[in-house]
Amino acid sequence: MKIGVCAKVTPDTGAQIKVVGNGIDTAGIKWVVNPYDAYAIEEAVKTVENHGGSVHLFTVGDDSVVAPLRAGGLAVGGEDLTQISDAALNDADSLGVAKALAASLKAAGVEAVFAGKESVDGVSSQVPAMVAELLGWPLVSIVTGFETDGSTFKATREIGGGVVEVVSGSLPAVFTCDKGLNTPRYAKLPQIMKAKRKKVIKQDLAAIGLSAADVAPKATESNFSEPAARPAGRMLSGSVQEQAKELVHLLRNEAKVL
Amino acid sequence: MEFFDNLLDETHTTVRDMARRFAEEHIRPHAEAWEESGTFPRELYPKAAEAGILSIGVPEQAGGSGGGALHQVMVIEGLMRGTSAGVVAGLGSLGIGLPAVWQTERADLIDRYVRPCLTGERISCLAITEPGTGSDVAGVRTKAVRDGSDWVVSGSKMFITSGVRADFITTLVRTGDDPHGGLSFLLIEADRPGVSVSRALRKTGWWASDTAELSFDAVRVPEGNLLGEEGEGFLTLMRNFQLERLALAAYGVATAQIALDEAMAYTKQRKAFGRSLSRFQITKHKLAEMATAVLTARTLTYQVAHRMDAGDYLIGEVSMAKNVAAKTAIDVCYDAVQLLGGMGYMRESVVERLSRDARLLPIGGGTQEIMREIIAKEMGL
Repeated sequence: MKIGVCAKVTPDTGAQIKVVGNGIDTAGIKWVVNPYDAYAIEEAVKTVENHGGSVHLFTVGDDSVVAPLRAGGLAVGGEDLTQISDAALNDADSLGVAKALAASLKAAGVEAVFAGKESVDGVSSQVPAMVAELLGWPLVSIVTGFETDGSTFKATREIGGGVVEVVSGSLPAVFTCDKGLNTPRYAKLPQIMKAKRKKVIKQDLAAIGLSAADVAPKATESNFSEPAARPAGRMLSGSVQEQAKELVHLLRNEAKVL
Repeated sequence: MEFFDNLLDETHTTVRDMARRFAEEHIRPHAEAWEESGTFPRELYPKAAEAGILSIGVPEQAGGSGGGALHQVMVIEGLMRGTSAGVVAGLGSLGIGLPAVWQTERADLIDRYVRPCLTGERISCLAITEPGTGSDVAGVRTKAVRDGSDWVVSGSKMFITSGVRADFITTLVRTGDDPHGGLSFLLIEADRPGVSVSRALRKTGWWASDTAELSFDAVRVPEGNLLGEEGEGFLTLMRNFQLERLALAAYGVATAQIALDEAMAYTKQRKAFGRSLSRFQITKHKLAEMATAVLTARTLTYQVAHRMDAGDYLIGEVSMAKNVAAKTAIDVCYDAVQLLGGMGYMRESVVERLSRDARLLPIGGGTQEIMREIIAKEMGL
């Protein structure tokens, strides 16, 4: 089975994010494969280990995304990386990115697509759903369990209240992956060495039959702001009884949690 | 952008990040408990093997993952993020225990001893120092005498990392009278009659790593356990010392870096006289000095590792890197404890542990004084 994985490079979850203008200050930020996409890569690799086939990574971005995707994708079982890079995509919205990915995935002839349930930076959760729509395939979102026999699938989703939903169907389909689906493997040195020589297929919009107009943004980000600074903690004084009374009063009337 | 882009390629940074992830997932949450208990679970070895960490630096022909000195530096730096040098030393005892074994290129020894260590099933250690001799290797007295097709070994070994639970001991023994030419390496299985752990030693630092005094009482070892040729022990030892010393430099760099990070974090949140400690000039200058020292030590260590990987046989420079990094670790840990004040003196703080662990670095793998002797010799003095 030929599986495509949509992967995005995002700031490391431990990075200190500072808003600057309409974006973030990227100085000193370590870039990694989006943690949810790492689950997608692992599930795809596990699937081809069980059923044969190959895993192909797809991303939109400039050359800076290649190294993190080699380390977090090609070194853990991805066969190659398709990097869609075009000046017209610099300001693309989710739909523009989805159009580019869908066109490239279609041209590659993949039979299933895995992606993270969201990216830890943008958190819009839109792209995989749009890719599914553009490919005309079903979408199973927020998957925490996955089985396939190569032509049909059974996916598990945890829905509200801990209820587990099982979704069955036929491939091709798009799956978005959640924490709990698997534990992404460690990249090992021999594979890291091999990943250095794996192919990066660079595509511009023309190569996948799209134009700048096709990916022109319909929505733009207009403002970013940081969360309000947390107010300083308050120390209560008085006897234990007085402090307890004051604490209950504050929790009930000020914090309104009681 | 990495500051060391010219030395580190993505194989190095990926190895470092993987080792760090392993340390954060499997070591850091248990570091305090393991340190206090003086050991760590044996299951950590197969887990580290599964993560591909144990086999780095061992050639692929010997069942390893390949990789060079700089990759090994990365592994140590990554693993040290678990904040327990003892765990790193325990896991890493194969780094000193195995080279003399795989360097024989003998398939029987590689299959029986090297591969099981790389999968974490067996534990190896290196035994050089004795109760009566340390830096003066020519003074080794543990004796191996031929008797039929066996060697009979008698003597004792001291300060042996992983010696308490090692399955086999790569042992430097005296097989002849020549001070240097009479030394050989023997592989001695720990379950052979006559091998015993005299005591588990209590140390200033590296608590989670077991350290043993071992005793050999007329232990019969088959002649096939001789590693390399008879009388080659000293040369093998000297060759492998370079990597051990580089590894200790890496411990120093990592120790100092973590102490600096801890001091940075603490002085930012700790307030005195109405502002953060980090906003006082005296703190800022102290942290600036610490950061400068860490970068200096790291630069020298990486450069030496890089040149070793390029094929240079460095002796003086490795000794310099070890001394610089050891001193940096001790100084930066001292300053970090000072910046944390009372908290820095408490067992619950990481810098307290690091400052104890760092004390080993100018002693283990060749003292700083022996390093200076080597450097002076290389200078033609």
